Amino acid sequence: MLAGKHFPYTDIHKWLSYGNDGKHPGCDEFYFGRREFSFTLENDAYLRYRSFKNASAMENDIKEKSPYKIDIGAVYSVDPDKRHAYAQSGTNVFAPVERELVFDIDISDYDDVRYCCSGADVCSKCWPLMTVAIKVIDTSLREDFGFKHILWVFSGRRGVHCWVCDAKARSLTNEQRSAVAEYFRVYKGNENNARKVALMGFSLHPFLARSYVDFLKDFFEGELQATQSIFSSKEKYEKILDMISDEDIQSELREKWENSAKPSLSEEATSLKRWEQLKNTLQSKKQKAPALRMCVEEIVFTFTYPRIDLEVSKQMNHLLKAPFCVHPKTGRVCVPIDPNNCDEFDPLAVPTLSQLIEEINSGGVRMEVDDGDDLDKTLLGKSIKFFRSSFLEPLLKSCKEDIESSYKTKIEKSKDSFSW
Amino acid sequence: MEVLRSQKRTVSNEVVSIPLYLTAPSMEVRLEEFELFAIDRLRVLQGVSDGLARGKNPKEMDDLVDRLWKEHMRHSDVLEMMNKDIISHFVLRLVYCRSDELKKWFLSNETALFRHRFRIKSFEVQRTIAAEFGLSNKVATGAEVESLKEKLGQVIRSMGEKSPNVETIYFKVPFEEVPDLVSGRRVFIQKGYAFVAGSQASLGFHFISKHNFSSVNSSVSLKWTTTIREREKDRLTPIVEALSTSYLGPDYSQSSEYADISLKDIDQVSKSSFPLCMRHLFEKLREDHHLKHGGRMQLGLFLKGVGLKLDDALAFWRAEFTKKVGGERFDKEYAYAIRHNYGKEGKRTDYTPYACQKIISSAPGVGDHHGCPYRHFRICYPSSNTANLIFLLDKQQLLATANILSIRYSFSL
Repeated sequence: MLAGKHFPYTDIHKWLSYGNDGKHPGCDEFYFGRREFSFTLENDAYLRYRSFKNASAMENDIKEKSPYKIDIGAVYSVDPDKRHAYAQSGTNVFAPVERELVFDIDISDYDDVRYCCSGADVCSKCWPLMTVAIKVIDTSLREDFGFKHILWVFSGRRGVHCWVCDAKARSLTNEQRSAVAEYFRVYKGNENNARKVALMGFSLHPFLARSYVDFLKDFFEGELQATQSIFSSKEKYEKILDMISDEDIQSELREKWENSAKPSLSEEATSLKRWEQLKNTLQSKKQKAPALRMCVEEIVFTFTYPRIDLEVSKQMNHLLKAPFCVHPKTGRVCVPIDPNNCDEFDPLAVPTLSQLIEEINSGGVRMEVDDGDDLDKTLLGKSIKFFRSSFLEPLLKSCKEDIESSYKTKIEKSKDSFSW
Repeated sequence: MEVLRSQKRTVSNEVVSIPLYLTAPSMEVRLEEFELFAIDRLRVLQGVSDGLARGKNPKEMDDLVDRLWKEHMRHSDVLEMMNKDIISHFVLRLVYCRSDELKKWFLSNETALFRHRFRIKSFEVQRTIAAEFGLSNKVATGAEVESLKEKLGQVIRSMGEKSPNVETIYFKVPFEEVPDLVSGRRVFIQKGYAFVAGSQASLGFHFISKHNFSSVNSSVSLKWTTTIREREKDRLTPIVEALSTSYLGPDYSQSSEYADISLKDIDQVSKSSFPLCMRHLFEKLREDHHLKHGGRMQLGLFLKGVGLKLDDALAFWRAEFTKKVGGERFDKEYAYAIRHNYGKEGKRTDYTPYACQKIISSAPGVGDHHGCPYRHFRICYPSSNTANLIFLLDKQQLLATANILSIRYSFSL
C-alpha cells in the first residue's frame, strides 16, 4: 500500500474543486466528478478514467485499490467513468474541457552536461540544474504570462513537475498550450548535432535576456563550474569546442589547453580559467564571424537552460502524477517545492514511505484533518502547511471571487432579458 | 452582386482589399464557375504550399503570392475579382472540410495566403482591415510603448533586424489570442499581454481568421455530411470530391498494392531501399539495441507501412531490446506500444507511417536518433567524431565529393 494513509485527500479535493465545493449558487457541483484520475496498480495494470463524486469516494477507492501511482488528468465534458453511457446517447461529446497547464522537467535529459550521475540518478551536484530551471520558468510564468497560482512539486526521483492553476491557464486550448511551451523552447539539440542551442538574431529576446542575466550566467560561472568543472578535461572541453562554429578558434583554444594542465590548479580553477580564455578569444573575434555573435550565450544556455519535456505541456489530456504520491522506486513523497526558496530544497532529504510508516506506527498523527502545532511535528507537516498556506488558500480565494463575479454577471444578464 | 452586400463591405474603386470571409455568401453561382474559380484558387494555394515547403523567406513569399494572385485570380473588374475571391474560398471550404488532413492543409495555406496578401497592402488598407477585425480598441497607449521601448526593440533585434525601429502602433492583446507569435517568441509579453507590432498584426489577424475558419468549418462539415452530400449527389458532390483529391498529391497511407516484408529480408532491404532517416534509426537500433520513444514510433510505423506484420514486428523489436533491457521488461513496457501501433490496443486506431512533413517538424532531443537527417543533423568538421550528416551519407555511400561541398555550402548560408 503506497498511497494510503498519508495522502491528503481533503486538500487534494479542495484544490481540484476550485471553489466548486462551496454553497454558493454559482458553484458547479459536478465539477470535481468530471476530473479523470488514473491508477497504476502493483501488477502494472493501468486503470484510466476513474472519477469520484467527492473526497471520501476518492479516499475509499484509493484505499481499496492501493495504487502504486496516481495520475491526475483533465476535467472532461462529462463524468469520465460514465463516458460510454453518454457516447450511446450521442448528445454529449466526451472531450477534455479544462486542464492545468503543466510542465515536466527530468534530470535525465541533462545527461550530456552533468558528469556526476546519469539516467535516473540525481545528487546534490546536479540537482541545482533543476533549481535554476524552476527559477527561470517560475519567473516567466509570473512576469510574462501573468499567472499567480503555480505549484511546483518534486516528482519523487529525478525531476520536478509544475502545475499552473489560474482559471485562464486551465482553459487554454491545445494550440495555446503549445504556444506557451514553444515560448520556452531554446534547446534544439539531438544526438547528431553538437550545437544544441541556436540563438539567432542580434539580441536575446527579453525573456531569454532576463533568464541569462538573472539566473543562468551566474549559475554557469559559479555553481556549475564548482560542481561539474566542465572544462577540466579534454573529453569535457572538446564538447564545448564543438559548439564553436569556427575551426580556427577551435584549434587556437585547443592548443592553449592541451599543454596547459597545471597540477597546482584545482579542477574548478582550471575550468574557470579556460572559460575566461574562451570568452576573451570569442570577444576579440566577434567582428569576424556573425555566427559567433551569440556563441558565449549559446554555451551557457546549452548547459543551464531548462530542458522541459514539452510534449507533456501541449495536450490537455496528458496525465501527470499527483502531488503527495510516493515514488514507487525511491519511496520518496512528491512534496511541493517553494520556488522562492528552491535553493534550500534537497531531494535526498525528502521523507520516504518507510519513514512515514515508522512515524505512524510510533503513534505519530495523521495530518489529514489536523492543523496547527501538531502538524509541524510530523514528517510531512511542513510540506502540507506550505501547500495550504502558499498555494491552496490564495487559489481558493480567487476561485471564490471568480465564481461570485461570474454568477453576478449571469444574474444581471437574465435580469436584462426580463426587462425586454 | 449579392455577395458584396452580404459581406457588408464598401469597396472604392482603387482600394483592393481582402475579404474577411466571415459569412458565406448567399447567391447563385453558375456550376462552371463553381468549379473553375475553385481550381484557380487551388493553383494559388498549391503555389503557396510549394513556396513554404521550399523554405522561401517572408519577402520571397510576398512576391510569390503577388505573382500567383495576379496570374490566377485577377480580374479587370474589382467587383468581379472580389466575387471570385469569396466564391472560390467558400467552395474550397466545402471541399476541404471533409477530413482533418484536408482541413489542416487548407487552413495553413489559406492563412499563409491571407498573411502575405495582407503584408503587401498599403498601410491604409491594413488599418481598415485591422478595424474590421475589431482590433482598433486594442491599441497600446503611447506612454506604454514609450516605457517598453527598450524591450520592444530587443524583440525586433532578436528576430534578426539589425537596427530596431520600434513602431508607433502596437496592439496589446491577451497572449492566448496570438499563439503563433508567442510560440516563436516574436512578441514581448508582460503580465499576460502580448505587444504586437503594427506590421506583425497580420499574424494576429491570421489567428483570428484561422479561428473563424476552424469554427465555421466544423459546421460546414457537419452540414455537408448530413444533408448536402446526398441532395447534391448528381451535381456538386462529384465536383467537390474530385477537387480535393486532385491537388494533394498521392496518398501513401493506404497502399494500393500490398507487399510484405519478412524478418529475414529486413537487413538487406534496409540497406538497399530504406530512406536515410529510417536506415539511420535501423542501424542505431542494431547498434544500441534500444531507441527512445520518438525513434520507436518513427521506425515502427514505417516498418508497419512497408509491410512488416505484427508478429514479425514484435519479434524484431524483442530481439533487439532483449539484449539491453531483458525480455521481461520488453514484454511489460514496450510490447503494448507496438500492438497499439498496429491498432490492437487502446482505441484501436490503425496508425499510418509518419509523413516527411511530420518527421521534419519533429524535435529530437538528447539521446534521440529520429527526425530528418537533412534537417536535424549537423554538417560537421572532420575533426568531430559525433555522427553527422556527411559522415552518415558517406557511410551509406551516397555521397560524391561534389555533394559534400554543395551541402556544406548550403548549410553554411
